[in-house]
Amino acid sequence: MSKPKKTLQPWEAERERVRKAAKRRRAWSYTKRGFGTVFAAFFAILFLMPIVLTITNSFMSSSEISSNYGMVFATTSSGGKVYIAEKVTLKFIPDMVSFSQYVTVLFKSPEYLLKFWNSVILVGPIVVFQLTVATLASYGFSRYRGRIREIIFFLYIILMLMPYQVTLVPNYLVSDWLNILDTRWAIWLPGIFSPFAVFLLTKFMRRIPISLVEAAQIDGAGEWQIFAKVCFPLCKGAIASAAILVFIDYWNMVEQPLILLADAEMHPLSVFLSKINSGEIGLAFAVATIYMVPGLLVFLYGEEYLVDGITYQGGVKG
Amino acid sequence: MKKLKEKKAHASMGKRLKRVKRSSGLFIAPSFLGVMTFFVIPFIVIVYYSMVDNPISRNFVFLDNFKNITGNSAFRSAVFNTALFAGVSVPLAVVFSLLLAILLESKIPFRSQFRTFFLSPMMVPVASVVLIWQVLFHYNGVANDMIAVFGLGPIDWFKSAYGRIVLTILFLWKNLGYNMILFMAALSSIPKDILEVARMESATALQTFFKIKIRYLSSTILFVAIMSLINSFKVFREIYLLSGDYPVDSIYMLQTFMNNTFRKLDYQKLSSAAVLMSIVMVLIIGLLFIVENHFGKDVEG
Repeated sequence: MSKPKKTLQPWEAERERVRKAAKRRRAWSYTKRGFGTVFAAFFAILFLMPIVLTITNSFMSSSEISSNYGMVFATTSSGGKVYIAEKVTLKFIPDMVSFSQYVTVLFKSPEYLLKFWNSVILVGPIVVFQLTVATLASYGFSRYRGRIREIIFFLYIILMLMPYQVTLVPNYLVSDWLNILDTRWAIWLPGIFSPFAVFLLTKFMRRIPISLVEAAQIDGAGEWQIFAKVCFPLCKGAIASAAILVFIDYWNMVEQPLILLADAEMHPLSVFLSKINSGEIGLAFAVATIYMVPGLLVFLYGEEYLVDGITYQGGVKG
Repeated sequence: MKKLKEKKAHASMGKRLKRVKRSSGLFIAPSFLGVMTFFVIPFIVIVYYSMVDNPISRNFVFLDNFKNITGNSAFRSAVFNTALFAGVSVPLAVVFSLLLAILLESKIPFRSQFRTFFLSPMMVPVASVVLIWQVLFHYNGVANDMIAVFGLGPIDWFKSAYGRIVLTILFLWKNLGYNMILFMAALSSIPKDILEVARMESATALQTFFKIKIRYLSSTILFVAIMSLINSFKVFREIYLLSGDYPVDSIYMLQTFMNNTFRKLDYQKLSSAAVLMSIVMVLIIGLLFIVENHFGKDVEG
């Protein structure tokens, strides 16, 4: 008993058409999403590859390293060309996982640890004191906005935007006057007074509702109390963000030590790593990995702060 | 009577404001003194140095130092290379990071993981990955193996004009994540109702992007461009760590020039180069601000 074939009513045809269009659109959006994911994954691999390679290569034994990359570093050192291998082979996974490089770096050759310590001792005080100075100053800049203060703040912005090619010459000159050239102070002091964190924190503090400050004022709080009891607790997140950004910048410093510290003994690892000689290329990967660790740890625990910090800098998010 | 009271209130408010002004000004003092000592005052001295014949005899020569330095062939090639590098890399960085941000704004899975991955190069010190770059771009390295598939000859990446390409890649690798975060924040702050209207008016994705989103992004594009410009000068780090003090001509940058001039401690060259550079920076940034003002004024506020 077959059903009599019904002719579609106009409204039914319309409904059918709309349904089909929706289905098509959904299919298209799925394909688009699929392509997007593949694309993003491709880029993610490209972005991660150098980092992952450095880490995995640090677990190779020195003979494996020199058979893989011996040629690269034999030709880059200015000495005679020693061809250990004909071809440079890139390996993701070591043939045999070995911690021997780390053992050597950590226990047998103090010079790398010394340079790592140099980095810590150069960067640590800069982060702590730049943030201290900057938190105070940003409170001043956000509490009252007169014409002079706006001009000073504008000056800070201009300074922040100046590349090292401009700022290093004044820094050198002052260090020379103050007789602190070739000492750590030559790196510390310009770092501590760098206007970057002031800019970031002022942008943040200006968003703190004025009513909070006024309430504290009515309760009889002085400026210092308003700063310490109202403003500072609200800014902890922003301070963490600024600290991360300052840390990354200085952990990576190359320009300043090259010019302000003539004594290579005081150079941080970020400069010294490139001077590793070809006899020790096996160690280089382990040292490079150790040098990455603080940055990656900060990233692991503070990614949200980092993202927030970048966003405040852009000044888009409220 | 009433007026007098108001006046009195006004006066006390003025007094209070003055007190706030004074006491909060103290908070700025340490930072301000430091900035003056380490940046502003020496900079003024440098402007002076750039116009005398040498710091000891101090004869006023006005523009001679600038003429000398602009005639210096090393300086010229450094300026040319730096400008070329920034001119190519900065627009690429803006466009690619915007594309990445749009990609992560769309509804793909694992978005937060992708964001982490794209941002991670920012956290890695240049010195740590330089080894891998050397392996990848070595004459017998992987990059040459890869282009050999397309029948292209091996290239000596670091010792030829191709060094510029390598540097651009390294620059993008390091900076795209940072820029992408800025764009993602800006994209998510575009008012939803406007996008909704556009969708109801059946605007295509491209139309929405070019007619609406780009207008709201203009201030972020400006900021990203400025930050990328500043970061493009930091590519010296890669150059120094890869090829030391005397790289190939094509990647001999301003900072390399400055570094080598510092060694000779030629104050005239150094100060006039720094002064020139600061003038150029102010001009570029000012120009960018004017352009942004022109394009973005109708959506501001």
